[in-house]
Amino acid sequence: MASIDMDNYKKAVRPNEEDFINFSCNISQLKTFRINQYNGFFFENNKNNEISITKDIIICTIQTAIEKHHSIIESKNLLNSIEQNQEGLFIYIPDNISLEIPLQILDVIKANEPISIESKSIIIVGEDSHIKLIYCDDTVNGNISSTESNINIFLENNSSLEYYKMENINNSSSIITNTNFVLANNAQLKTFWLSINGGNIKNNLNVSFEGEYSKADLNGLYLVDKEQVVDNVVSVSHNKPNCSSIQNYKGILDDSARAQFQGHIRVMKYASFTEAMQNNRNILLTDKAIVNTQPFLEIYNDDVKCSHGATVGQLDESAMFYMRSRGISERSARMLLMFAFCTEILSKASIEELVDKLQDIIKRRLHGELSSCENCVLLCNTPCGTFDIDMSKIN
Amino acid sequence: MSLLEIKDLHCSIKGKEILKGVNLTVNKGEVHAIMGPNGNGKSTLAAIIAGKDIFEVTKGEVIYEGKNLLELSVEERAAEGIFLGFQYPVEIPGVSISNFMKTAINEQRKYKGLDPMPTMEFMKLMEEKKKIVELDAKLANRSVNEGFSGGEKKKNEIFQMAMLNPTLSILDETDSGLDIDALRIVASGVNALRSSENSTILITHYQRLLDYIVPDFVHVLFEGEIVKSGPKELALELEEKGYEWLR
Repeated sequence: MASIDMDNYKKAVRPNEEDFINFSCNISQLKTFRINQYNGFFFENNKNNEISITKDIIICTIQTAIEKHHSIIESKNLLNSIEQNQEGLFIYIPDNISLEIPLQILDVIKANEPISIESKSIIIVGEDSHIKLIYCDDTVNGNISSTESNINIFLENNSSLEYYKMENINNSSSIITNTNFVLANNAQLKTFWLSINGGNIKNNLNVSFEGEYSKADLNGLYLVDKEQVVDNVVSVSHNKPNCSSIQNYKGILDDSARAQFQGHIRVMKYASFTEAMQNNRNILLTDKAIVNTQPFLEIYNDDVKCSHGATVGQLDESAMFYMRSRGISERSARMLLMFAFCTEILSKASIEELVDKLQDIIKRRLHGELSSCENCVLLCNTPCGTFDIDMSKIN
Repeated sequence: MSLLEIKDLHCSIKGKEILKGVNLTVNKGEVHAIMGPNGNGKSTLAAIIAGKDIFEVTKGEVIYEGKNLLELSVEERAAEGIFLGFQYPVEIPGVSISNFMKTAINEQRKYKGLDPMPTMEFMKLMEEKKKIVELDAKLANRSVNEGFSGGEKKKNEIFQMAMLNPTLSILDETDSGLDIDALRIVASGVNALRSSENSTILITHYQRLLDYIVPDFVHVLFEGEIVKSGPKELALELEEKGYEWLR
């Protein structure tokens, strides 16, 4: 695990785009619209994109947004929080836009010395608009980096967002994500948070219901081994009536890995008819792995349905025996059980091509194989079990 | 050579002796019924043959096709042709029956040095064997036993037995929790799979099952020992007189 002594880190500066040009992230059979951030800096040049999306959508730096799209920024009262920040990513989806093609933010880190990265993004999904967004964090080498990303996402009335977060950085690096979702009336949010690789990962996820009849379905999976540390701090604020939220987080911990899940549900006084559920399930594969799971329900209204549950356990021994009694080896039985445990998290995901890919990554991860994403040493587009290793990329 | 030979088998769990010298010989083509009251070691005997390791064998041996069975792992025993039909089949959420069966068949084939079964052949086999126990086509795509009724779970056991084509099947209380229709289907499935090349041990404490699957031999396991063996008529006598008669 990377020990975080910030003195040794150099603040990242805007890198040379050429250094990143070879990086691509191809999800087999899936076309996405790419938005590139290198070492935390947004690069407007989208020549990697084979597809174009409607011109009404604004994708630019926050600085450009302040200059050119001042009214949007003002309407969200964002000015105070962003003035200091010249860089950063701004995405604005106007009203009535449904994108079949997912947007994909590629946050690529290439550190030549230990660097610290701070990034800020603002994403606004307009009324009656429906978007899917895949957000990938990748490191292209094994050098140390420390990232803090702050993202504010607004879902306007009747909008929907399916948000996939793939954390796949090297184990010398750390990442803190602070993601705030604000939902207006009748908005639908689904998140899939996958923490697969990274030395020290901390995800602060906040959902705030500022309108009625909205839904948030928050799913998370962490697969950690060696000395990895993953914290998920999920906080849902039911400020208005008739909203529902689900938190479903699962993890498998091997070796001396540690994980923490803190799930906070807050139901305010006027938020009647709230439904809020929370579930955190963990499998520990060794005696040294540690998980700390903390539900925290703060309820100021009597007319609500809330539930929470947490389990920490080993693989189901009776299921293991059952499978082995059919001739399935102990190793395969473990794999099947762990894989089933993990992929349940993806059952509500709608991008099939991505689910296939994520299942493959999960499978590799469980097999203890390297599972970093594209441009790593694995040629990921071949099915699991028969993939080749690209020796030219191993250094 | 007998298919299975159990000699003076003693076993205990947490220091408590459960089997106190069981002797049993099973030849190919035979169906044996083991009867007896609950808590007298019937299921323990089944679990030891299948390889459950929570029991400690303190004395005796189990020879299967000339091999010391107790030295083999659970999965090796399965690949050698032993099948245990569970009294309480386990639910495995997230693992589909077809994936489960495909993995089982291919791992057994691997043990025998065979290539994996081609997908088309596997699909055909599934279709064919589902009919034996009238297993609902929809169930096969579901997770193993998840949300199944008692009857569906037992049908699924016999379906798996049909798929894996074992040499020795031990069916532990397969009749428990079955209504008469499900019992008929399960029993006709077992009968359809009977041949001169395989053997079945039925564990039950009711005579009812034996009206449908007629055994060659009936044994009574009582207080950790087989206290009486005889032809199928023994089951009727037991039904009439009760187990107290054995004392």
